[in-house]
Amino acid sequence: MLKTMKQQGVVPAGRGLLGKKSGLGFFLQQLVKQRALVLMSVPFLLWLVLFKYVPLWGWTIAFQKYKPAKSFGDQTWVGLKQFKFMFSDDRFLLVLRNTLAMSLINFVLGFVTAITLAILLNELRKMAFKRVVQTISYLPHFISWVVAATIIQTVLSADGGIVNEILMGLGFIHEPILWLGEGKYFWGILGASEVWKNVGWNTIIYLAAMTTIDPAQYEAAEIDGAGRFQRIFHITLPGIRPVVIILIILNLGQILETGFEPQYLLGNGPNLDYSENLEIFILKYGMNLGNYSLSVAAGIFKTVISIVLLFSANYLSKRLGQERLF
Amino acid sequence: MAKSQIASARYSSAGDRLFDIANYTFMVVLMIVTIYPFINMLAVSLNDAGDSIKGGVYLWPRVWTWENYDYVFKQATILHSTWISASRTILGTLVSTFCSAMVAYTISRPEFVLRKFVTIAFVLTMYFNGGLIPNFLLMRELHLMGTYWVYIIPGILGVFNVIVIRSFIEQLPEGILESARMDGAGEFTTFLRIVLPLSMPVLATTSLFTAVYHWNSWFDVFLYNSSKVELSTLQYELMKMLQNSNASISSSGGNMDGSGGTAANFVTPTSIRATMTIVASLPIVMVYPFLQKYFVKGMTLGGVKG
Repeated sequence: MLKTMKQQGVVPAGRGLLGKKSGLGFFLQQLVKQRALVLMSVPFLLWLVLFKYVPLWGWTIAFQKYKPAKSFGDQTWVGLKQFKFMFSDDRFLLVLRNTLAMSLINFVLGFVTAITLAILLNELRKMAFKRVVQTISYLPHFISWVVAATIIQTVLSADGGIVNEILMGLGFIHEPILWLGEGKYFWGILGASEVWKNVGWNTIIYLAAMTTIDPAQYEAAEIDGAGRFQRIFHITLPGIRPVVIILIILNLGQILETGFEPQYLLGNGPNLDYSENLEIFILKYGMNLGNYSLSVAAGIFKTVISIVLLFSANYLSKRLGQERLF
Repeated sequence: MAKSQIASARYSSAGDRLFDIANYTFMVVLMIVTIYPFINMLAVSLNDAGDSIKGGVYLWPRVWTWENYDYVFKQATILHSTWISASRTILGTLVSTFCSAMVAYTISRPEFVLRKFVTIAFVLTMYFNGGLIPNFLLMRELHLMGTYWVYIIPGILGVFNVIVIRSFIEQLPEGILESARMDGAGEFTTFLRIVLPLSMPVLATTSLFTAVYHWNSWFDVFLYNSSKVELSTLQYELMKMLQNSNASISSSGGNMDGSGGTAANFVTPTSIRATMTIVASLPIVMVYPFLQKYFVKGMTLGGVKG
């Protein structure tokens, strides 16, 4: 690669990519020579530092008893007190339970439904029909959670909501259920909502992986007398395994990031003990109660766990000889 | 031998047919479940508000009317918030797409001395986030709070988009860029005249994502501009309506029955909500099917390589 670039004259002959050979002088010389590229990227690097790296400075707030009126030097440092308080706080533990429960439900449900739908779509032979199904199935992914929550609230309404009407019509229940008014239904509703919104979208990547499977494999299996299900289990599923593993690694890193919008928008007084997750806890302590320090501590907890999980899953996958992210 | 093979083939084709019937039926049910809520909202929004109270409006309006839309667009707040939503969608998408592509181009140049440094600086930010309060304090310090620019400036670049666009640019044939340079074009000209037009397929994807993000956003309004009605977005207005009806679930444990408007213009929260839902989702519904080819490709590229 480097060699061909040298031949093409992209990289000056006899010099390394980063100009290591001639040191700082060469580097500066290149910088001047490439000033157009520098001008096109460095201003955005400054933007990146300001909007992505500078906020990390705010993590110090978690180790202080932060008072907005005081300057940085005047803040009282309290060490890990916020974290200790957090882990002894019943509300935080409840919120952690909710976060993990919703995460687990979404994780399992998300994978199973998307892979199943992708396989079923892959089995469709009428291409025009397949395309129509796909286009419609992408629709909920593009609408906002505000619209989705409005829809969910409408279909689940106790007053003429379609779900209650169907269940009553079929005789499963005799009076409408207040689906969103009772905590015990919330995780299920959230799981179903996530599936409704994203299942079609999530099939894209699996369907793309399926197109890379050699059709000759299916033909050979068919000649050997393998049925529909045997072909699915022995050819299609193994064919998408690398993609599934990569996505599992990525999603494990997100286990504490259950999202914020659906829980916040569908949450209300009666179901709060089940709907409140880490993000809402962070928002509530930070913006409503003004306890910045505790809010930031919870945020740090979330980010650190996510990074640790991501790297562990990646490492584990590497050890097991499977696909990995990096 | 031959006989048994034929028999098994016949057996499997009968099973196949059953599978196909079940599969096609399932797909039809899936489409209904996906699309019914939207059709129902559309029917309610086009139905007379007073008539909707009686219930039973499913797929088609019973008493046709434009009254609900008329009422919604006569509200100064809603009209203005629609304008804010539309303008931030257009401006935000143009700025972000152009800037992301420009940075992506620089880090796709193999000879660029800062290539590695810039790439790593960008990729790293995908793994962490300052979080709610630190970001909030930053916006306040920068005096972006309470302004329109808090919608645009923090989103000048999409880090993920930069990586996806870079993967695309790297696949472009080097010869084309080379010939432009031989004609004496500088880096910026090469980017503007050659790379940008050639990257349209991937830019269609990233700009769709960015536009959807802007059109759908309400949280930044809630966080930074909730006291400024003149900077509210359509989704934020709809969110406030949703919260009101949430509150009514908490308090009365049932539906909300308030009604508003004058005698000539009778509306209910239910029909306004349905109307707003349609207004808030229609632009997206009309655009995304046409970009399907691009975003399916873009997703695959970003998902597998990014």
